[in-house]
Amino acid sequence: MISERTLEAVRTYTRGKGDDLLVVEGIRKEFPGVVALDDVQFKLRRGSVHALMGENGAGKSTLMKIISGIYQPDRGRITLRGEDVTLDSPLAALEHGIAMIHQELNLMQFMTVAENIWIRREPKNRFGLIDHGRMTRMTRELFERLHINIDPDVEVRKLSVAARQMVEIAKAVSYESDVLIMDEPTSALTETEVEHLFDIIRKLRGQGKGIVYITHKMNELFEIADEFSVFRDGAYVATHDSADVTRDDIIKMMVGREITDMFPKEAAEIGDTVLSVNGLTLDGVFHDISFDVRAGEILGVAGLVGSGRSNVAEALFGVTPATSGSIRIRGRETAIRSPRDAMRNGMAFLTEDRKETGCFLILSVLENMQIAALHNAHVRGGFVDQTGINRLCEEMKDVLRIKTPGLHERIENLSGGNQQKALIARWLLIKPSILILDEPTRGIDVGAKAEIHRLISRLAGQGVAIIMISSELPEVLGMSDRILVMHAGRATGIIDRDEADQVRIMELAAK
Amino acid sequence: MSMQQIDTAVVAPDRSRRRLPPELNILSVLLGVALIFEVLGWILQGQSFLLNPQRLTIMILQVSVIGIIAVGVTQVIITGGIDLSSGSVVAMSAMVSMSFAQIATDRAIFPALTDLPAIVPIVIGLTCGLLAGLINGALIAYTGIPPFIATLGMMVTARGFAKWYTKGQPISFPTSEFAAIGSGIWPVVIFLTVAVIFHICLRYTRYGKFTYAIGANLQAARVSGINVKAHLVKVYAVAGLLAGLAGIVTAARAQTAQAGMGMMYELDAIAAAVIGGTSLAGGAGRITGTVIGTLILGLMTSGFTFLRIDAYYQEIVKGIIIVAAVVADVHRQKKRSKA
Repeated sequence: MISERTLEAVRTYTRGKGDDLLVVEGIRKEFPGVVALDDVQFKLRRGSVHALMGENGAGKSTLMKIISGIYQPDRGRITLRGEDVTLDSPLAALEHGIAMIHQELNLMQFMTVAENIWIRREPKNRFGLIDHGRMTRMTRELFERLHINIDPDVEVRKLSVAARQMVEIAKAVSYESDVLIMDEPTSALTETEVEHLFDIIRKLRGQGKGIVYITHKMNELFEIADEFSVFRDGAYVATHDSADVTRDDIIKMMVGREITDMFPKEAAEIGDTVLSVNGLTLDGVFHDISFDVRAGEILGVAGLVGSGRSNVAEALFGVTPATSGSIRIRGRETAIRSPRDAMRNGMAFLTEDRKETGCFLILSVLENMQIAALHNAHVRGGFVDQTGINRLCEEMKDVLRIKTPGLHERIENLSGGNQQKALIARWLLIKPSILILDEPTRGIDVGAKAEIHRLISRLAGQGVAIIMISSELPEVLGMSDRILVMHAGRATGIIDRDEADQVRIMELAAK
Repeated sequence: MSMQQIDTAVVAPDRSRRRLPPELNILSVLLGVALIFEVLGWILQGQSFLLNPQRLTIMILQVSVIGIIAVGVTQVIITGGIDLSSGSVVAMSAMVSMSFAQIATDRAIFPALTDLPAIVPIVIGLTCGLLAGLINGALIAYTGIPPFIATLGMMVTARGFAKWYTKGQPISFPTSEFAAIGSGIWPVVIFLTVAVIFHICLRYTRYGKFTYAIGANLQAARVSGINVKAHLVKVYAVAGLLAGLAGIVTAARAQTAQAGMGMMYELDAIAAAVIGGTSLAGGAGRITGTVIGTLILGLMTSGFTFLRIDAYYQEIVKGIIIVAAVVADVHRQKKRSKA
């Protein structure tokens, strides 16, 4: 007789080492000027969570887009449940039981949760009209299975990001999908929401589904993933059980080199006060903010999202000017009513949202880099000195190691880190004396991050006064000379480098 | 650090610089349309369509006015906007400039202001267009109403003004100096000059760079220090100015001005720009494309007339071609975003 315990052990074993659900071999995908994937392999087992790791531009998202039918591979083989398949559209992938939960959620705002889930498959009554009652019941049953607690009849636009994500997952499950692809699902979730998501993922794993989990967050990997594969520069590196490796091993695999100088803060000579802000207020947004920044100094700005950090930066740069308070630049009281005013006073501002307020996505790298410099220099009688500016941009491209087939490539074809470098180049071309950086390394891979940190340090060394807003505490702690902490629109403290640690900052940020 | 290795591993040879100019597509459409008419010409009419310089001259003359407007409209569309008022502004400018270009007759509008040098009506006509454009631009930039609505308002108002100006009466008998502007191939010369000037402006000046930047990403343009509002006013003012110029040319060529002139020209101009590859989403478009687009429109009209095909069919086909051009634009954008 087999004991209950043996049975459990067998179950655990089969769950851990389930059959191959999806096998991908020899995949190659080329885009104009760039080989995105070369001879890539990947194997997903039933009842497992498989994490994909790699820097931005490593090819994870491209591979997932191929598996979910958005891209067609130039070469290679996809085997699903032991059979070769061709996935020539997202619909075909869905019908084969492969569903992708997108980074940008794809729900219809003005339709209800139930309508979103059953779209194209709505239950009909005998007159051929949609049976809303049955649709709501079907949604309830589905949600019960997943322990999701959302009203099926509420419009999607009224839901939080986390709730929308749950709806997307439920939708994928409703297709009886075996393969669920999640692309950085926790990027906009709070901690409790993440826990809930992980519960659902574990439940799905228990039901024998295969889950592909793309993430940049190392701790998530150890918490949720059974195994992981690493990609680098469009090539497959390795697959391991997540229990067998350490954080450092993974970083090494991802970057192909050891990163010891992640926050290479160099000692810079601190000079005179360049920018002095006093009682800066934007009614209803932030109040009475005061601080100084000196030449060569990096002032870190920490605080939770929504604490008004970015609003202060926007006010300083004249995007949304402050309603009261004073800004003194090099000792002179200065009114800044537009970005142009700020630039005239030697300021530059790398915005938080690369896509929305940074890049001109459909224009070339060159056009993106040169635009701010066209205000003063490089223009004679309205005509742009294109030869001169091209040379400067080429130099900038080499110095910042911007990976692009050429300056005439569209910036949207570059990886996030390279786009960010091009935007930094845009501001360096105007030779600023005050540089405001809002989340300079958000959504950027480890290698590019270190390069950008080194660059910031070097600029401070050259006497630029730097204000760096960041949500990543290690970054703020590693890079800043002093740290301004904000909470609910107010400055709750300024801490010196020597006295700063994560706990003190969090205390001030969550006051 | 092994950055260098990575560079060579990821980046395939630079092909972006060797890409053919985007106008080649449109140019091949132009040649294709011309060839179709040539072949049909031999089959149906027993004569060549292209080997008739007179016909080609007339064809270009007919579309020159549309072309002048289209150069302005292209710039507006590149900023992500639209200008529906240009046809009406043509009528307004034609009427007002003509009223200052008359010879002394007992039916002159301003009996005291006849036989003036041509520069007077020209300046007045251009000012008319410029004012209309400035109002369009100011409304869009400073009140935040959509370009479609602002210029729709101007379309109705300017047409109304043109009718009110003489209570619907046409204005005739221009000085020979004024009429000369529209005679011979002058309209073509004016069209091509305008096209060359603004081609250079868009490609080589700060004005052009800012125009593309605003259309590509308005927020990013603002943060880059561009005074977006002031620039939009400039672009709409240029479009208005060119519509005003088109009005002068139209009036001079017809040697008369009527409130009904330039009817639907705005749509032909938009069509020329779009056929020429200007993206309605903003941020992309070239004057060379617009010039070719204008020629395609002209070729169509001329070709159908040559084949003695009913004018009604012309409009049907023109409509289809405009939609096809936009479909091609959307298709191109999709291909880009996938790449």
